Amino acid sequence: MWGRRHWVPAPRIGVFVCHCGLNIERTVDTQAVAAVLSEHPCVVHVADYDYMCSDPGQGLIRDAIDEHRLTGVVVAACSPAMHEPTFRRAAEEAGLNPYLVEMANIREHCSWVHHDRAEATRKAIVITRTLVEKVKGNHPLEPVEIDHVDQCLVIGGGITGIQAALDVAESGFQVILVEKSPSLGGHMAQLSETFPTLDCSQCILTPKMVEAARHPNIRVMTYSELIEVSGYVGNYAVKIRKNPTYVDPDKCNLCGECEVVCPESVKSEFDCGLVERKAIYIPFQQAIPSSYTLDENACLGIRPLRCSECAKACEPGAIDFDMRPEIVEEEVAAIIVATGYELYSPTCLGEYGGGEIADVIDGLQFERLLCASGPTGGAIRRPSDGRTPKRIVFVQCAGSRDPENHKAYCSKICCMYTAKHALLYRHAVPDGEAVIFYIDIRAGGKGYEEFIQHAAEDERILYLRGKAARVYRDGDRVIVWGVDTLSGRRIEIDAELVVLATSIEPHPSTAPLAKVLKIGCGSEGFLKEAHPKLRPVESLTAGIFVAGAGQGPKDIPEAVAQGSGAAAKAIALLAKEKLTHSPEVVSIDESVCGGCGVCIAMCPYSALSLNGAGVAECNDVLCEGCGTCVSACPTGAAQLRNMTDAQMREMIEVALSDG
Amino acid sequence: MSYPPNVIPIRVNCSGRINAGIVLRALERGADGVLIGGCHPGDCHYVSGNYKARRRVVLLRRALAETGIDPRRVRLEWISASEGAKFQRTIATFTEDIRSIGRSPLCEEEVKVAADVQG
Repeated sequence: MWGRRHWVPAPRIGVFVCHCGLNIERTVDTQAVAAVLSEHPCVVHVADYDYMCSDPGQGLIRDAIDEHRLTGVVVAACSPAMHEPTFRRAAEEAGLNPYLVEMANIREHCSWVHHDRAEATRKAIVITRTLVEKVKGNHPLEPVEIDHVDQCLVIGGGITGIQAALDVAESGFQVILVEKSPSLGGHMAQLSETFPTLDCSQCILTPKMVEAARHPNIRVMTYSELIEVSGYVGNYAVKIRKNPTYVDPDKCNLCGECEVVCPESVKSEFDCGLVERKAIYIPFQQAIPSSYTLDENACLGIRPLRCSECAKACEPGAIDFDMRPEIVEEEVAAIIVATGYELYSPTCLGEYGGGEIADVIDGLQFERLLCASGPTGGAIRRPSDGRTPKRIVFVQCAGSRDPENHKAYCSKICCMYTAKHALLYRHAVPDGEAVIFYIDIRAGGKGYEEFIQHAAEDERILYLRGKAARVYRDGDRVIVWGVDTLSGRRIEIDAELVVLATSIEPHPSTAPLAKVLKIGCGSEGFLKEAHPKLRPVESLTAGIFVAGAGQGPKDIPEAVAQGSGAAAKAIALLAKEKLTHSPEVVSIDESVCGGCGVCIAMCPYSALSLNGAGVAECNDVLCEGCGTCVSACPTGAAQLRNMTDAQMREMIEVALSDG
Repeated sequence: MSYPPNVIPIRVNCSGRINAGIVLRALERGADGVLIGGCHPGDCHYVSGNYKARRRVVLLRRALAETGIDPRRVRLEWISASEGAKFQRTIATFTEDIRSIGRSPLCEEEVKVAADVQG
């Protein structure tokens, strides 16, 4: 077999078997594993230790590399997903190329899933031997260095996206902030006051919105969507579609004359369907950009133009029916996904009359009623007849914690905002009664527990521990059936208004966006983090980060913290002079390649091409090392570095040779 | 979460890396069954490797039928990294299925004795 050969002296491999406390040792006889491996002709040193990943454990490896002139290391321990970088770094410190280090997983794949000590030990020996075979065939490799652009993309203009954008911008890098709706702000802009401080939501939000719009390093693109992405970390090529607003934001002076004359109305998204808005509208007065928007789907028609009353009424001449969607192409080094949440629709909660009974509303609708700038000017009124309700029943866990019918998970913020709602109602309607059906009270944040106690005790809000079973209409009354488990009694309440604390769902734009970005979503649709404990703001794709309610239900302080966390990750990339790319990629043996080109069609990253000599060539930077082309290559010219077909054959041989 | 210990795992980064040559080598060397685990269709970490694996396994199973090796000895399952329970179930059922098919005709006659170990 010709081709480039790497002549190495006889392999000198060190095998290190970890006890992992009792995690491995309880089921696998680690000393026996070490003893059997020491008899392997290529193994010149073995050791077993309590915690190989600890400092002294790593020291054992470093010392052994030095003392025994090791050419390869196998650490039989946990999953490489845990500690491969740890041991590779330790080896590198001792002068051994990190790609000559492999981990044999005898924990997640052995000690943790088997009971019989003899069987588990036998299997651990086999697994370790397969990795010794692999290391024998490994070559030393050097990471590939790549340049990157100095710009970051943030998708989502709610509080999380705004925070992330501000943090990246403050570090001196450029940011593009893309938001689907006509304004920044997200759901936080719809809230009346925030718990537990009862700060006016827009008062604390709008300064950040203004700052984001004003910041020299931030380019805000509202009414825009990401439609395509290609490339790799450090060099993502993105296509953003700017949808036409038909209003020039530089000319619009918010006089509102267009709105007055517009003949078409649709349900207001910002006011959660409680009232209508015109086809030409501004979502809220403090919208950023500070401009009206013409919704072409609500309008009578633009192409061909059917109306144009708004243009006639517009004194500054801001309306421009010639606007078209614009595709903006940019290059970014990192992408932060902060797409936020939506509430589970009350129409899915038929048992509570959601969608049928006008006086059964959800939490955001109640916020709009509470809000001084809302559709009722802050007066709490029943949607059906506009009367002030004298008794409101709040139903917590409406759709959450209900795996049989709705969502299995807890939506985290409902206990807090329901207490807030009840408290603010009692302030607004002092002779009104507030009743809350709850299962548990989750108040884990700073000042949260005190807030709940205050609501329950000082504000005289009645907390009933029990699930509300049904809500139905009886004439113009709304009846809530539930149970009070603490007194053991069934309850029937004549409510004038029912507020459902519905589940938090990932925003509907999340799933299609995740497909475009090729990042994962969990089983509930939330953006998947790389590790739930230790890597909460990274996705599994290098350079793409996740933050905010799109990653999971959370309150505003957590969302802001994650925005800053994701920004820190992006800044870490942006601040490096060069990024490194794994060298465990495809190599083409030109002397064997027949130039058939089958591999080129296989590659999802377009990393392969035919070069001037008519043979295949792989771009080290684009190649992600999946090996699909290797399987397709008819001559074996395409191989995956350090995971060649020959290595795999040897590993299989060893795996099966003990019977 | 436990399963029978008769399965030796070999880690590759994508099911697209697995081809007929590798599976046949395993069968030739006496494996009673070969289980390939890949990401769910549409969720391939490397975009489309699992689609290629799917087609390769279909062809391979057809070819195996011609050679007298039961094609059920090769199985491709979609198991994501977070589906530990599914992995466990798959191994348990695959082991049972292979047991009912019997030992591979390519396996050596004598019964191998487990390596003598302490403890």
